[in-house]
Amino acid sequence: MYVYSRRRRRKIERSERGRKMGIRFILMVNKQGQTRLAQYYEWLTLEERRALEGEIVRKCLARNDQQCSFVEHRNYKIVYRRYASLFFMVGVDDDENELAILEFIHLLVETMDKHFGNVCELDIMFHLEKAHFMLEEMVMNGCIVETSKANILSPIQLMDKAH
Amino acid sequence: MSGMRGLSVFISDIRNCQNKEAERLRVDKELGNIRTCFKNDKGLTPYKKKKYVWKMLYIHMLGYDVDFGHMEAVSLISAPKYPEKQVGYIVTSCLLNENHDFLRLAINAVRNDIIGRNETYQCLALTLVGNIGGREFAESLAPDVQKLLISSSCRPLVRKKAALCLLRLFRKNPDVVNADGWADRMAQLLDERDLGVLTSSMSLLVSLVSNDYEGYSSCLPKCVKILERLARNQDVPQEYTYYGIPSPWLQVKTMRALQYFPTIEDPSTRRSLFEVLQRILMGTDVVKNVNKNNASHAVLFEALSLVMHLNAEKEMMSQCVALLGKFISVREPNIRYLGLENMTRMLMITDAQDIIKKHQPQIITSLKDPDISIRRRALDLLYGMCDVSNAKGIVEELLQYLSTAEFSMREELSLKAAILAEKFAPDLSWYVDVILQLIDNAGDFVSDDIWFRVVQFVTNNEDLQPYAASKVREYMDKIAIHETMVKVSAYILGEYGHLLARRPGCSARELFGILHEKLPTVSSPTIPLLLSTYAKLLMHAQPPDIELQKQIWNVFKKYESSIDVEIQQRAVEYFELSKKGAALMDVLAEMPKFPERQSSLIKKVEDVEDTADQSAIKLRAQQLPSNALVLADPQPVNGTPPPLKVPSISGIKLDHESASQTQSQPNGDLSKAQSQIPSADLVGEMVDSLAIEAPPVDMGSHQRVYREEDGIPDEVDGTAIVPIGDQANKVEPIGNITERFNALCLKDSGVLYEDPYIQIGVKAEWRGHHGRLVLFLGNKVTSPLTSVQALILPPAHLKLELSLVPDTIPPRAQVQCPLEVMNIRPSRDVAVLDFSYKFGTSMVSAKLRLPAVLNKFLQPLQLTSEEFFPQWRSLSGPPLKLQEVVRGVRPLSLPEMENLFNSFRVTICPGLDPNPNNLVASTTFYSENTRPMLCLARIETDPADRTQLRLTVASGDSTLTFELKEFIKEQLIAIPMGSRALVPAVPVPAAPLAQPPSPAVDANDPGAMLAGLL
Repeated sequence: MYVYSRRRRRKIERSERGRKMGIRFILMVNKQGQTRLAQYYEWLTLEERRALEGEIVRKCLARNDQQCSFVEHRNYKIVYRRYASLFFMVGVDDDENELAILEFIHLLVETMDKHFGNVCELDIMFHLEKAHFMLEEMVMNGCIVETSKANILSPIQLMDKAH
Repeated sequence: MSGMRGLSVFISDIRNCQNKEAERLRVDKELGNIRTCFKNDKGLTPYKKKKYVWKMLYIHMLGYDVDFGHMEAVSLISAPKYPEKQVGYIVTSCLLNENHDFLRLAINAVRNDIIGRNETYQCLALTLVGNIGGREFAESLAPDVQKLLISSSCRPLVRKKAALCLLRLFRKNPDVVNADGWADRMAQLLDERDLGVLTSSMSLLVSLVSNDYEGYSSCLPKCVKILERLARNQDVPQEYTYYGIPSPWLQVKTMRALQYFPTIEDPSTRRSLFEVLQRILMGTDVVKNVNKNNASHAVLFEALSLVMHLNAEKEMMSQCVALLGKFISVREPNIRYLGLENMTRMLMITDAQDIIKKHQPQIITSLKDPDISIRRRALDLLYGMCDVSNAKGIVEELLQYLSTAEFSMREELSLKAAILAEKFAPDLSWYVDVILQLIDNAGDFVSDDIWFRVVQFVTNNEDLQPYAASKVREYMDKIAIHETMVKVSAYILGEYGHLLARRPGCSARELFGILHEKLPTVSSPTIPLLLSTYAKLLMHAQPPDIELQKQIWNVFKKYESSIDVEIQQRAVEYFELSKKGAALMDVLAEMPKFPERQSSLIKKVEDVEDTADQSAIKLRAQQLPSNALVLADPQPVNGTPPPLKVPSISGIKLDHESASQTQSQPNGDLSKAQSQIPSADLVGEMVDSLAIEAPPVDMGSHQRVYREEDGIPDEVDGTAIVPIGDQANKVEPIGNITERFNALCLKDSGVLYEDPYIQIGVKAEWRGHHGRLVLFLGNKVTSPLTSVQALILPPAHLKLELSLVPDTIPPRAQVQCPLEVMNIRPSRDVAVLDFSYKFGTSMVSAKLRLPAVLNKFLQPLQLTSEEFFPQWRSLSGPPLKLQEVVRGVRPLSLPEMENLFNSFRVTICPGLDPNPNNLVASTTFYSENTRPMLCLARIETDPADRTQLRLTVASGDSTLTFELKEFIKEQLIAIPMGSRALVPAVPVPAAPLAQPPSPAVDANDPGAMLAGLL
């Protein structure tokens, strides 16, 4: 009990330093290792991003279906899921609930599916702004804001109607 | 892309690029294009700006530096139309960070959007601030954001963003949200029906609670309500149900928030929560649909965490362990991974270790899993669960795995194996075996620290030296050995090779031959090491070996002109020295012992491990704190502090008899009083849950008669709590201090001292002549204890180092103060802790004996007759072997006596003495001066008169023999009695320490005759 509460205590210290934030970044990368979408919730310099993306993509691409969906990298945990040619990778703090994030990826994909209808890599590539809008409705400051597909998509639909 | 053809064309172009170089050219062209447009065309339409800004984002995403155009992105924020505004907000939050100057320019525009009437604009602005807002935003926008969050006229779509925006502002400046004013509102927020608002409010709550759980305690029952609502699927709209599961993310977040409250006091809330948790634990089945299965298990794993945190009843805990045990053996890799991860977290919980150990074979299987993520978890878990009982098995598995592990894991693996071998070695020769195997299997991954450490151990332990030398000699016969092995071998053979001189193949000349064979294969930093070894071999060669001298001199001559300065210098110096004979002996004398220090390896692991909390090592390492740590008291306040007691006696010196009577009287009363106070043992429970076994406070038993002859200062006894202030305010200890001390002499954890305000618990670990005691100072009351002081009065034979003790112990908090102990030489003197604190106006002080007593430095050892008798005979008489007839012994049956001896770690060796009335025993004593020293004892009892016996003690050190004999005598005479009437303790005159008396042995005594025969 006491060790545990100390663990919490240390967590508290960490959150005071503002380090705990749940989701640190979301990446969509294809099989060739090309980034199709990158959204960071903590500031990294361009060099840091390039290095990080390169390392993570190499690690995840080398894995097969029989292996688990979690990869430990530096002080992140990467939760990833592959849909056809596209990898969705989410970097989280090491004590985040991994399965919840894994299903959050699926929720994101289902949401995009609902909007684009059978979403594919090209949809995301050529409608980067829409992908960003959706993500913006779902995640903010590294935390989940909304999980209802209807609510996520309503601002986009409104905008489409306006056009 | 709606209306942005230029952008689509650009993206297609990029996509069609054949290689990175072509892509770069295209990007550069586009950047040039955008730059010129921004520069020249001042009247750029918002539409064009939007298009260019998107291109910039796209280029940025590809990994190219976009160092201009930020101003244009920011300026779009104030565009009048939604599409432009939206792009401005999104691209700004991607390209800029909170420290960017341009962002300041936008504060006003952002604020206008936040306080404006257009809710879509509000959303955009709140999101931007939530993602990249800094301190300035926090100070100027927090009140507006708070207003939006609690406003009843605001729609959920704005409020959910306001919640996370406030979270950001709070993290940037915690002062903007004050628990006093905000806690009630936060609690109200949790009554919200909209699940979107609840989801983001829950994240806000987690952050607030992690900062100040007390301030937000009113939110706790609300969280439980939300959880109940979700678990029962009440009022959950379809769109928030994910594969039949009511928002798994909100469930997870809510359970996470609950883990930031140390405990749940309200019984009905606790009951409701446990009902929900029980339902989750029992009701989560494996289903075919992957998504549903993942979502339900996400909830299940969070529930497991919460149950562990709440320290649930045993039954529920074992349910959790059973589940985890099931998970680590399923086929689904995600579940297996999480099972291992959570089991590692579970290690932190008292009592769980033993159940986890049952799964060791399965965990070892996971160490061979094809998935590196799973192997890492298994390694971490094995490392965390390793202790003395299973170290051999685990380390051997790690060694075996090392040869097949991938390179990225080998270094970590070998470091961990080395640490475990060092920490939990059942004997040092095993440790040497492990490290040598490690070097042999994975030399490339064995850092210098590891082989330095083994050299240190061998140097400091004489017994180990011949063993280590013979072991490395064996490795030298291998055809190809790692350079690190050459280094260790050269060092050890140089220092201790001569100990093997009589063995075949181990003469100085042969050792030189076999080492010199390796020289051509090693790199130049190893050569100086070899040269030193040659010089030492030459010195140790007895009788002097002219042929060897010639050979070695040739080597020295050869390297006299080496271009490597280190090699050259050594060659020249050794050559000159070796011609001088006697001087060589001085210069090349055996290396002195290393000062004991904390293993640099453990430090290294801490540095290497970046994965913070996750890693069990780090957790373990932090359990050995170097400084006092203040812990919050997780227990509820369920009683008022016990009233002050008016003492019935004062601490005047009394003579033995009256002291024993008057003392036991008030203590007896006290214990009755104590049992009536419900919270009296609260801290006891707390210490209990800290894995410290509190000693049973046996009120019925009687205290030991306090004898001045013990050489222990009088004031350390129970009566010694001398309040400095008014006598009427005197604070009485709870329980008997002497009894507590005696109990702690025989075990390693328990309560040392307790009074109505404070409880001092002790937990100790002993290893050789070192010890680590942790004092747990627990404040039992709801006001702070101040002016806390702890001084150690060490006896001359102990080196003690107490870490800083904080001046104040916060209300109901516990402070840990580690104390390092080193035993220098045998002595029965006792260290005293001079402890004082202030409660209100009264000063309380106590002098407490610390249970760092002689028997703590004993290591049980059972000998066979072949081992025992030669030693016994070789220690032939005083001062190494002392004998004494002890009278006034507490009558004990032989089995009772055996238990007593075993309890203070003097091991009875059954069946060694032919006379069934006699016992022989052995143990090893550790101190810096004696190092491990074998001690033997024999007790001859008289079946006709159990109150007397003859005691013979022998060891290789006269002081040790004497001290141990006196110690055993004390134990036999003075252990707590079953009845007060039986206290005829016969004072034993203490002899001066320096001159152990030689007791007269009666030559006619048949027992003595027998002793001679033994």
